[in-house]
Amino acid sequence: MAEKFVVPEADASGRFGEFGGRFVPETLMAPVEELTRAYAKARADASFRRELHELLTTYAGRPTPLTEARRLSAELGARIFLKREDLLHTGAHKINNALGQVLLAKRMGKSRVIAETGAGQHGVATATAAALMGLPCVVYMGSVDIERQALNVYRMRLLGTKVVAVESGSKTLKDAINEAMRDWVANYGDTHYVLGSVLGPHPYPRMVRDFHAVIGRETRLQARKVLGGKLPDLLVACVGGGSNAIGLFHAFLADAGVELVGVEAGGRSAAPGEHAARFGPGRVGVLHGTRTLVLADDDGQILPTHSVSAGLDYPAVGPEHANLAALGRTRYESVTDDEALAAFHALSEKEGIIPALESAHAVAWVLREARKRPGSTIVIGLSGRGDKDVPSVARLEGLEGLAGVAS
Amino acid sequence: MSGRIARAFTRSARERRAALIVFVEAGDPSLEVTQRLLPALAEAGADVVELGVPFSDPIADGPAIQRASERSLAAGTRLTGVLDLVARARAGGLDVPVVLFGYANPVLAMGEAAFASHAAEAGVDGALVTDLPPEEGQAFASTLRATRLDPVFLLAPTSPPRRVKIVGRLSRGFVYVVSRPGVTGVRADVPEGLAELVSRVKAGVGRLPVAVGFGISSPEQVAAVARIADGVVVGSAVVLAMEGAVAAGEDPVAAAAALVRRLAAATGR
Repeated sequence: MAEKFVVPEADASGRFGEFGGRFVPETLMAPVEELTRAYAKARADASFRRELHELLTTYAGRPTPLTEARRLSAELGARIFLKREDLLHTGAHKINNALGQVLLAKRMGKSRVIAETGAGQHGVATATAAALMGLPCVVYMGSVDIERQALNVYRMRLLGTKVVAVESGSKTLKDAINEAMRDWVANYGDTHYVLGSVLGPHPYPRMVRDFHAVIGRETRLQARKVLGGKLPDLLVACVGGGSNAIGLFHAFLADAGVELVGVEAGGRSAAPGEHAARFGPGRVGVLHGTRTLVLADDDGQILPTHSVSAGLDYPAVGPEHANLAALGRTRYESVTDDEALAAFHALSEKEGIIPALESAHAVAWVLREARKRPGSTIVIGLSGRGDKDVPSVARLEGLEGLAGVAS
Repeated sequence: MSGRIARAFTRSARERRAALIVFVEAGDPSLEVTQRLLPALAEAGADVVELGVPFSDPIADGPAIQRASERSLAAGTRLTGVLDLVARARAGGLDVPVVLFGYANPVLAMGEAAFASHAAEAGVDGALVTDLPPEEGQAFASTLRATRLDPVFLLAPTSPPRRVKIVGRLSRGFVYVVSRPGVTGVRADVPEGLAELVSRVKAGVGRLPVAVGFGISSPEQVAAVARIADGVVVGSAVVLAMEGAVAAGEDPVAAAAALVRRLAAATGR
């Protein structure tokens, strides 16, 4: 446990090793630089940190508990804990970043915020923060995702946000990001783009990570307390863009003895277009302003992806994850749609916690692997709750009586 | 530096007009159409052709070029096919300068050095990679220069003097000034402050010609920009004219050529 890993930080141009950077059209360079300066200033400002801390504790519900999953632990022969981001206001970790960025937008004097969303959780979180701070908000969402996350679309509308359906490309998260970037490039004078994951041009990957790093800081304290001063052996989190995973991992990166595993969407199969597992088939490329591992064909065209979980259905991964993997500090595995669905049921039945389908991927990997590690202590990042997924799971499983809930 | 681009700007300046730079998407609706299109554009008065390389996620483009890109990809267009097309056009006697215009990922997938040598072999004259700003595109720019290709970079109304200087240093052929914030597309006006922006850029980039694009679509706008810049770029309007012709069962090449003729007639100073 004493062994230390030297944690790489993004350099001035936003590079994590060979990954990251700012691959944006010239028109976006000025807003990206403005944001970089504003964020650096805010981060160094105690009043900003105090204000954010106040919002996180009195509004969002931090700190979130670390719950021991006793029945699963007994069954699997390992001590399994859940970091309960599902208990946060709006139901997922996304609110940590949304509050941070909307607070920053206010400080920057912006009068409008925009966001993209996949599963709808980041859209709901941004809509919530915008309502709280009195800023108009527009959320771009692929029409395929609008279909499968109808409940979150309605929540955003309730919160006073305008949801714009994106009909281009694959009509999912990546296309929603394209559209949000197009809005931002035309309107950056008064608009802040609340990017929802550790993706995009510098400073987003670092800034979004910083806003989520509270997850790991809390986990570290809580784990030491229940483990008699020790750290857990293994942390597991699902990875779409990778915001909840890096948030959980970051406070443990230096502790080389703590194993860190990210779980990607294995989808229906390993065939191109049928999954969203970037590590392995992914190649180094550029998407949405950052150089990272990307699912693309031989010609550099971005491949369609599939996951039962809209939040993991994205062809690239955050550059910091790509770098940590290259350095051997983290490792990435995948589970299939079916495994995730089985875990969705298992956690519901055994612990009374309905996980988001995204988080169910992390649970599924632990269900598969924990028996190989008897007696070890494992923390699962339970990034969100599954209420939003209940209608689509019911529909998938042919429970016709429940299918009407979605409409 | 193949010299074709420089010669095109020298000629238009001598003729006391702006160079007309016409953007079309390669492979929209098919590479066969683009094959016929290139000589037709040159004949109609295009001084430089910007040939779009389709990409699945064109974040800098508005709806017109997005649709063109989707049509091209649906028709199976690949970067290698675009390069072959240019090579065939050159073999057939095409002399108009061709600048490839696209996004980083297809270029990275081929490899920057391989891209540069294949493009040079095919008879391409320059390349503009939208999401490779100077910070990320320095090595690429020198690779291009070493293969006698002109690296073209964008400048925007928000580019500070420092960036204008850097772009002036890295670019060859010409510098492309984005007339306004936002994505490509048809707009009705010419933005206020454009003359000031162009003279600021000219002062920063030395002798490089300065072309203006984004939102320029009508002969009136071309005429207004021609008075202040060395070159005018028209893209979405041409792409839309071709789209309309295809929808009406007419020849997209003839539609593009007809529009380019009207635009070329408006480039005088």
